[in-house]
Amino acid sequence: MTGVEKGPGPDAVFAAKLAEGTFEIQKCGGCGTHVFHPRVICPACGGADLGWVAPTGRGTVYARTVVRRKPERGGDYNVVLVDLEEGVRMMSRIDGIAHDRIVAGLKVTASVGEGAEGEPAVVFLPEGGAQ
Amino acid sequence: MSLRGKAAIVGAALAGCGEAHGKSAMEITIEAVHGALADAGIALGEVDAIATCQPLDMLSGLTLAQELGLSPKFTMNNRMGGSSFLSHTLWAAMLLELRLADTVLICYGSNQRTASGKLMTALGLPPYEAPYRPLFPLSSYALAADRHMTQFGTTREQLADVAVAARAWAQKNPEAFLRDPLTREDVIASRLVSDPLRVRDCCLVTDGGGAIVMRRAEAAKDHPKPPVYLLGGGEGTTHRDISEMADLTETGAVQSGQTAMEMAGVKPADIDVVQLYDAFTINVILFLEDLGFCKKGEGGAFVENGGIAPGGHLPVNTNGGGLSCVHPGMYGIFTLVEAVRQLRGDAGDRQVDRAELALAHGNGGVLSSQVTNILGTEATL
Repeated sequence: MTGVEKGPGPDAVFAAKLAEGTFEIQKCGGCGTHVFHPRVICPACGGADLGWVAPTGRGTVYARTVVRRKPERGGDYNVVLVDLEEGVRMMSRIDGIAHDRIVAGLKVTASVGEGAEGEPAVVFLPEGGAQ
Repeated sequence: MSLRGKAAIVGAALAGCGEAHGKSAMEITIEAVHGALADAGIALGEVDAIATCQPLDMLSGLTLAQELGLSPKFTMNNRMGGSSFLSHTLWAAMLLELRLADTVLICYGSNQRTASGKLMTALGLPPYEAPYRPLFPLSSYALAADRHMTQFGTTREQLADVAVAARAWAQKNPEAFLRDPLTREDVIASRLVSDPLRVRDCCLVTDGGGAIVMRRAEAAKDHPKPPVYLLGGGEGTTHRDISEMADLTETGAVQSGQTAMEMAGVKPADIDVVQLYDAFTINVILFLEDLGFCKKGEGGAFVENGGIAPGGHLPVNTNGGGLSCVHPGMYGIFTLVEAVRQLRGDAGDRQVDRAELALAHGNGGVLSSQVTNILGTEATL
């Protein structure tokens, strides 16, 4: 991808990939920086040569919170920020582990699951699978 | 060319703080404007530039002009969240210094408590956060608090002590919304909302409005009250969404504070009284560090055991802050009004002795926009 192209923008491309079960992030062809969330130009160098690559999916929890909600309304759920190996950060949720065992530094692996409304969303499991 | 001391606040007022039953946001705003103009001894018709930012009215600057019956030369509606008003002062100083305007009005008002009982905002969740349902804006601050605790060992008790200090100041302020005693244990026993933040870590939901009037320094002494001079100002914008904040333990207040203090020619140790936008307890710890009142990671120890309470080593949020005095959604204007009152010596039981230099600091979004103003009495010019 070079310069401004016709067709869907990076948000729509990301969403279409996710809908097919594929999680990809951008990488700058100019400076090599990985980029998430999807953007039109590279925030590191300003270049518009952003292509799509599959991340390793390996990440580390940077920060976490547990939103407290009454059981009859669905119960508690966690919200985390995960740093991917590629150097980008994203908000997500960790499945397969008790909320109180999620701490900064926890190693996690990405998969395509469901968001709050059942929409495709990147979620994480503890490294090695559910605990 | 520096803006140091070129413009001054000559009028300031609050209106409708707490509960203002039956009043609209703009009506509360206009009441504050009326009070600020009376405080300044300025006729409405003399106002030739206006600034506001309201949560639900995207064209609030136009509404303000209409409701005041003014055709201002400049209408500023800069929207950066609760920090907006501390940016408006900088633009006001520029307009005044360039003689593009002579009398600038900056104001805000909200009826969120009586109208809805919760934060009123036109903002939705960002697309890359929405699938995970963070509480807006609370969970973003919870993530910052969690990271600060992880990285620096900041404790639950230290967060609580921010709220306890705010309440102790509020008890000295008859206008504060919550004045009951509050202990560290009360805060830690309050309902958990989004770990580690509990209800008493969160700002109030109240109604309220505030307004200030600014003029060039040369005209500032022609008014009933002592002028409060704008000595320095600076901004820092680092992100919009918390997932895009590079380091959750360091905010744009590093940049805004350095810029403001450089312009003012002061350092943190010179400041007599500090007003920080305390949307959540973690904010105060972050901003004290980022503004240079203590080292990074030492904010918890700084606030612990009454460090910022009455009688502590630095008077912070002397009105009781957004945590205990007033929080109608966008608190920035209230940091300015309280700084003015302290520098005028008008702060009653909570007056800080020999307050000559004040720092007012606004936060917008989710630690996204940081704006710092340094204000001083005539003695600091």
